[in-house]
Amino acid sequence: MDFLIQLVTDPVAFWSSHTLLISQIAINGILASSMFVVLYSGQLSLAAPGFMAIGAYTAVLMALHLHTPLALNIAAGTALAGIVGIIVGLPVLRLRGVFLAIATIGFIEALSLGVILNLPITGEGLGLKNPDADPLGGINIVLISLVLAVFVVWRLTKGRLGYAWTAIRQDELAAYSQGIDVARYKLIAFTLSAILAGYAGAAESHLNFFVDPNEYGVPRTVQVLTFAVLGGSGNVLGPVVGALFLTTLPYIFQQAGDYIGVVSGLILIAVIIFRPQGILGRGGFAFVRPRWWPRAQVRAPSTG
Amino acid sequence: MGQQILNAIFIGSIYALFAVGYTLVFGILDILNLAHSAVFMLGAAVTFTLVVNHGQSFWLACAIAIVVAALMGLVIEYVCLRPLRRRRAPPIAALISTIGLALIIVAAVEQGRPGTLFSWLWVDGANSVSLPPGVVPNPTWHVAGLTLEGSKLAIFPITVALMLLLGYVMRFTQVGRGLRAVAENPRAARLMGIDVDRMISLTLIISSALGGLAGILFGVALGDISPYIGRDSVEVRGLAVIVLGGMGSIPGAVLGGYLLGLIEVLAVVLLGSNVRAGVAFAALFLMLVLRPQGLFGAQLKERI
Repeated sequence: MDFLIQLVTDPVAFWSSHTLLISQIAINGILASSMFVVLYSGQLSLAAPGFMAIGAYTAVLMALHLHTPLALNIAAGTALAGIVGIIVGLPVLRLRGVFLAIATIGFIEALSLGVILNLPITGEGLGLKNPDADPLGGINIVLISLVLAVFVVWRLTKGRLGYAWTAIRQDELAAYSQGIDVARYKLIAFTLSAILAGYAGAAESHLNFFVDPNEYGVPRTVQVLTFAVLGGSGNVLGPVVGALFLTTLPYIFQQAGDYIGVVSGLILIAVIIFRPQGILGRGGFAFVRPRWWPRAQVRAPSTG
Repeated sequence: MGQQILNAIFIGSIYALFAVGYTLVFGILDILNLAHSAVFMLGAAVTFTLVVNHGQSFWLACAIAIVVAALMGLVIEYVCLRPLRRRRAPPIAALISTIGLALIIVAAVEQGRPGTLFSWLWVDGANSVSLPPGVVPNPTWHVAGLTLEGSKLAIFPITVALMLLLGYVMRFTQVGRGLRAVAENPRAARLMGIDVDRMISLTLIISSALGGLAGILFGVALGDISPYIGRDSVEVRGLAVIVLGGMGSIPGAVLGGYLLGLIEVLAVVLLGSNVRAGVAFAALFLMLVLRPQGLFGAQLKERI
């Protein structure tokens, strides 16, 4: 609670003492918007950490070996993530629902366990040190990026592309029969999502002095999915709010101490049960009346 | 090589037992129950605690652990699934609530140290422990250059017997017919007088009991019991197994389990142990791209 009190009473001190948290929220927000794009087009893709890893390793390796400027490194990481997004997106396009989810899990696990942990250049299991990282200075970059990413995604969902995605999400066959090029629009969503995740990975690597290969596995993808579902995936702000909520949760409940995992799990269940459509989803709180609770009396309308 | 084949059978049996629980729930509810791996871990952890900290005999501990796992199945149903089913939430909401429960279980075990809130459940924190030798009868033979350990050898007949029993129940008993009817069409099953909620509770009980048993066998035979065995060893591999076998198919999950065990062992023999997990997931990815219905899946329906 001290955390929230400080936010209200002394925002300047809050800003300077929680810089890392704020940048992590921004990174998670970008990841959440990446998740939003695929969910919005009806694809349950869990590949985000794989593209993050590509972005992060590309950026850091370029900084280490080529000494190129930061902007170029991040751009290269993002671009490579986008290219891999197209390569991976093409074969998995025809998979739907949970099949796509599991195929993309296969992709991230094959990438992290099979490739990253076995290549000498990625430091194998030891990870990479990134001496050029700038944890404090990066905050402005990531906050601006978050705003830009959210704005771009929001604009896209309001345009032709967004209507196509909505049509595909609601009924792929109907969308196809209306002349929408389903494969093309799904691939665009998948690639855009890969680009956003790659960017988030590259930017995150600039905030940490160390790239940890274990960061890019299934727990991360579950976390990103939780952002999107908990926040509500009908609107791009939903996943960002989900990211904000889940990233700050451990700070809000600092008193829980070691039991933060238990508390977070309970809150996660409570939120999803009372708001299955997400925090920002449509509709009010969903309460279920226990069987022993008396029914509301329905009065017969009086006639006359 | 012979030893490796034995290992494949042994680890494949555990994958099969675990994945059958996943696939039962998926077949009936179309929901991936991600708390299943936490139940797996809980089975092993409860057995260990009862034997080592509470001085019970191994067999009694196993029986209690399986009962605890089965009760966890009821908790999953009543806390995570039923409230969401009542308000017709999308399956992805149930995915998130089971993630929440898994988080709680793992966090509770992880925080179990002497003097903490959960010390009755677990006292070794995040450490990996194993049962002291001699607790489990483990006769060992050396035949034709192979080492045959009783505790590992027993797993195969246990798995086969349970799977035959499950197959018999599903195929020839009234309960099994009810379960299959609910899997086919819950609404029609309800109209035919089947208590759908009760069938789903029963599914969760069977599934979780099998998951808990798989955890016990894993913990005993591998001598590795920690809060993370579910998440690290079987969670994602279980997904791979049910995809290999075809989502929702019980024989498919069993054969998929052995197939994954074989793939992993062959990968170790041919390519070295570093790439073992990577190869399994690359196989999963290829399998989904080339034959998404799995080895035994009849037709591909859209899920989630």
